[in-house]
Amino acid sequence: MDELALKVDHVGIRFNLSEQKVDNLKEYVIKLLKRELRYHEFWALRDVSFEVKKGDRVGILGLNGAGKSTLLKIIAGVLKASEGSVTTWGKIVPLLELGAGFDKQYTGAENIYLYGAVLGYPKSFIKERFDEIVEFSELGDFINVPLKNYSSGMKARLGFSIATIVEPEILILDEVLSVGDAKFRKKSEKRIKSMFDKGVTVLFVSHSLQQVRSLCNRAIVLEKGRLVADGGIDEVTEFYEKKIES
Amino acid sequence: MRRVFENFKKYRFLLVELIKKDIKLKYRNSYLGLLWTLLEPLLMMLVLTLVFSGSLGRGDRLYPIYILTGRLLYTYFSTTTKSALKSIRSNSGMIKKVYVPKYMYPVSSVISGYVIFLLSLIVLIAVGAVLKVKPTIYIFQAIVPLTLLFVMTLGVSLILATLAVFFRDLEYLWTVALMLIMYASAIFYHVEDLNKPHIEAALKLNPLYALILNFRNSVLYGKPLDMEAVVIAAVFGLLSVIVGGYMFYKNQDKFILHI
Repeated sequence: MDELALKVDHVGIRFNLSEQKVDNLKEYVIKLLKRELRYHEFWALRDVSFEVKKGDRVGILGLNGAGKSTLLKIIAGVLKASEGSVTTWGKIVPLLELGAGFDKQYTGAENIYLYGAVLGYPKSFIKERFDEIVEFSELGDFINVPLKNYSSGMKARLGFSIATIVEPEILILDEVLSVGDAKFRKKSEKRIKSMFDKGVTVLFVSHSLQQVRSLCNRAIVLEKGRLVADGGIDEVTEFYEKKIES
Repeated sequence: MRRVFENFKKYRFLLVELIKKDIKLKYRNSYLGLLWTLLEPLLMMLVLTLVFSGSLGRGDRLYPIYILTGRLLYTYFSTTTKSALKSIRSNSGMIKKVYVPKYMYPVSSVISGYVIFLLSLIVLIAVGAVLKVKPTIYIFQAIVPLTLLFVMTLGVSLILATLAVFFRDLEYLWTVALMLIMYASAIFYHVEDLNKPHIEAALKLNPLYALILNFRNSVLYGKPLDMEAVVIAAVFGLLSVIVGGYMFYKNQDKFILHI
């Protein structure tokens, strides 16, 4: 089991802070004429490299603003790194923003197809699993009601049911999912656990050291966009604990 | 190039879904639904005919068709470019959270608009039948301006979608530009009536007018295509697709930082 699932190679991402504010022509021209169009460069991540083997469960630790979510977004392909490269092997399922592709005017059933398409699943596959998705989401007759009438818990349940219908090779989790009510949470945890048992590779971001300890076998620590620790779960969490206290 | 193609194959179902969504949601919750696709141009034609038939229309019996042919092509171009211009920002929620090929958004607007446009051509057939226009063999050449219209709209949409991410003012500028394009497209007046040959020549440089001219030649007048106009529209259309595709491709990774 030495096959790689993910390789992050000297990844860095730069944001131009002031550039983000100039979004109209007038401001742009004025600033250009005044020669004020200088950008504040800000590296949210710099020179981050690590490899993840198949079946590894990696916890990503770091304070707010350390670049954890940015890193996950780069791995999921939402953001593109300014330098370096990310290579992945196998199907990634990012359980980051459930239901990001939902349309409010569409019914639940229509959204299953739409969101499935957003995640890149083929139509035949969704058709096959449609009943299973509906059943798992426990929406019952609400599946034919426009999404704007759903509660937030119902939306999250639907999103979770669609996203986890595939068997991913790499699973990306941002905090442990707290989807729906206690009953559904148990069910969703069970589904994720069963993915774990099948040897899925996991990237897991959390602020709770306890959760990271119980789920992961490896961890990395980010600080101000740089990788400062990488190794076995015990030594890294110990290192991180000391860091927080100091 | 191969990667782009493979990625398209993976996400082509998304394109279909986005097109379906555009069409389905356009008239959802309106009582007449998709019927508006036909009613809207019909009513617009009636209004313009009422207002202008005596003066600009020269009392021509076929004036309603003259208006309709111009109006239908212009409406497709204007509504589609307007929605494509906004497409990246209006889908920012999705773009920020999941990976999808970003060209899907403007391209799906262009295609869904085209489907609705083709449906609305039914009105033209109906009005033609009522006013007893005899279709000639030349009607088949309408496929040339109709295809070029799609190409041109696609190219312009890609350019606008890219620029609008960086400059929001473009939305308002484009509304004004569209008005100019409308008056320069001879939708409800006859170019010959202007009696100014140099203006007539200048108007033909407007690719949209070049398309409308050839569309009228095909379906209304039963005349062969004006080749000069075909060339103008084709050159402009292809150029805009190349420029637009290149601009979009080069800038798409920066979109997320600006929306």
